[in-house]
Amino acid sequence: MSQPPVSPSPTFVLDGEDIPFTPGQTLMQAAKAAGKYIPHLCWHPDFVAHGSCKLCTVKIDGGRYGAACTLQAAPGLQVENRTEDLDDKRRTLLQMLFVEGNHFCPSCEKSGNCVLQATAYELGMLTPHFDHFYPDRPVDASHPDTLLDFNRCIQCELCVRASRDVDGKNVFALAGRGIGSHLIVNSPSGQLADSNFSAADRAASVCPVGVILPKRVGFAVPIGERIYDPAPISAVEDEQP
Amino acid sequence: MFELETAPANAQNLRRVAIDPVSRVEGHGKVTLLLDDNNKVHQVRLHIVEFRGFERFIQGRPYWEVPVMVQRLCGICPVSHHLAASKAMDIIVGAATLTPAADKLRRLMHYGQILQSHALHFFHLSSPDLLFGFDSAVAQRNIVGVAAAHPDIAKKGILLRKFGQEVIRMTAGKRVHGTGSVPGGVNKSLSAEERAALLKDAYTMVAWSRDAVAIIKQLHQQNPALYDRFGSFRSGFMSLVAPDGSLDLYHGALRARDADGKLIFDQADYQGYDALIEEEVKPWSYMKFPYLKSLGPENGWYRVGPLARVQNCDSMPTPFAEAERKEFVAHGQGKPIHATLAYHWARMVEMLFAAETIKDLLHDDDVESHDLMITGGQRAAEGVGVIEAPRGTLIHHYRVGDDDLVTMANLIVSTTHNNQAMNTAVRTVAQQYLDGHEITEGLLNHIEVAIRAYDPCLSCATHALGQMPLEVSLVDAEGTVLDQVVRDSHGQTRRDTPASP
Repeated sequence: MSQPPVSPSPTFVLDGEDIPFTPGQTLMQAAKAAGKYIPHLCWHPDFVAHGSCKLCTVKIDGGRYGAACTLQAAPGLQVENRTEDLDDKRRTLLQMLFVEGNHFCPSCEKSGNCVLQATAYELGMLTPHFDHFYPDRPVDASHPDTLLDFNRCIQCELCVRASRDVDGKNVFALAGRGIGSHLIVNSPSGQLADSNFSAADRAASVCPVGVILPKRVGFAVPIGERIYDPAPISAVEDEQP
Repeated sequence: MFELETAPANAQNLRRVAIDPVSRVEGHGKVTLLLDDNNKVHQVRLHIVEFRGFERFIQGRPYWEVPVMVQRLCGICPVSHHLAASKAMDIIVGAATLTPAADKLRRLMHYGQILQSHALHFFHLSSPDLLFGFDSAVAQRNIVGVAAAHPDIAKKGILLRKFGQEVIRMTAGKRVHGTGSVPGGVNKSLSAEERAALLKDAYTMVAWSRDAVAIIKQLHQQNPALYDRFGSFRSGFMSLVAPDGSLDLYHGALRARDADGKLIFDQADYQGYDALIEEEVKPWSYMKFPYLKSLGPENGWYRVGPLARVQNCDSMPTPFAEAERKEFVAHGQGKPIHATLAYHWARMVEMLFAAETIKDLLHDDDVESHDLMITGGQRAAEGVGVIEAPRGTLIHHYRVGDDDLVTMANLIVSTTHNNQAMNTAVRTVAQQYLDGHEITEGLLNHIEVAIRAYDPCLSCATHALGQMPLEVSLVDAEGTVLDQVVRDSHGQTRRDTPASP
């Protein structure tokens, strides 16, 4: 008895290249599996897609725009990713993020391990362009093991998802609306020390920028050995914490 | 009151010309003079905009971030701030004594910094004045002119600095603003390849440093009247010394001498620096005026940096530098040398000491060790870190709360220690060369030469090859600006002489 023919995986086209996918995969998941980089900040392979940062916006069939992290892959889709037009829009999004918070890379211990910084390098962001907001966001150093530096929050909600979906704690949330949105800690005092957060939580290690930091570690990893020192984020296989 | 600091009260109609600082940036200096109807100098002030803002915005930051953040004070000597802050934070984390490897790697980083900074200052910033003359042609009086007239000297200067920068890169991770030193130790050691690469050139750097000492000695010998007299004035000296009294630029205790060379204090633990030193605020300058508490502000000011260190120590631990130190001290014929231009000679002796020390450290296998951190020490709430930066004694003082955030920071940088000395140097030069004369570009440069000898941050951090922004105003008894020469940050000099009424 002969074997039934193995049907080839369906594919879509990403920047002129056929990308195989399995039904149910998003464009981002399929691209990732194929080793193709689509810029992103709020997406993480371990968590449900959020679709909020819009860095992964791609152009479909030469017409509509969509978030690669939420769009289902479909056979024959023509997807534009690293085009000048899209990268220019992504750069603008990054510039807005940089001026909305206080991102002082030169003295930030996350430098070299920061997804925001690495993405800005990848997309050739040379200046912030817009006027800085310089918001006043005091750090929360109340917890004995973990520091919260809200200055660097990009509201990706990865910590919210990790704490809720993995840790089962709901320590973090976004409060406020629009430009007033900000990260808060779910505790009576609003301080991390008064929550049930633990440094062993998944939420403690998921932050792509320098908000949730283990205390007293700082610059322990020398320059040259950080995640994005050897290669740009598009060439780093395991590119996120 | 210091002579020429403030015009006498009976000099009616003399008033200060206040020029607001352009911004709080490194490299902006301003000299103002008040003259009477006979063009006699009544007041001379050097105004420097300093970087005090760091003390405020360090507050509320985690202590482990400070050594990396605070080094942004300077682009030329960030290693000094990086290490002084680290030493203070060592106290905070209960790691006053580091592992041998960490101690040696930090020393290597520091002496790389001394080497590159001293080479930069002497060859790039000062040698044009010294080789061509203070009032030589402006077009020639720069590093390009030196390269054209003395290509071998210029090449050595550039490569000495490059070597120092490579030492820094391999110990700190970057040539400028690295992260190598952390509270309790360092985060990297040298690989065998890095060590071999540095050792390959280390002996050449020692030889070239000896040549540099020879150059400055020759200049002194050719014109002793100038080198011993220009901007010379008496002062005390302060620096760190090792427990045996020898020169140690990384660690030690404080020693101060008076203008005659007699000890004021010795082997003073710098954790208690604030019992020894007070800072005076004057309304006309943004930079404070430190003085020794025991002597008061009038008599207690002092000089720091190479001239102080070379004369304050009892010996230098490396042979070539020690021989040069003895020759330098002998030039004083039993008395301290107070000449402003002797800073250059002392600086080159220190550069030789740094080159020899780097060579010796590279022969120590500990620089490849991976035993780099002390952890689990007893936390302290307060720590002071002091280091001898290229320009002099650098003090960092922090308090840290139980939540790991900094609650207080006090920095006394080298240039601040020399504030009174630089003002006195400018006044001395004004009396020697300006009194009753019309301001010329050459005269302007005489003032710069005096300031530049101290290698203050305002001359180095502009990266302007000696073209520091500078304004000299000539004001008559009515307070009218008679003449003004302005050198902008691009090195362009212009004369703003008001039109005659």
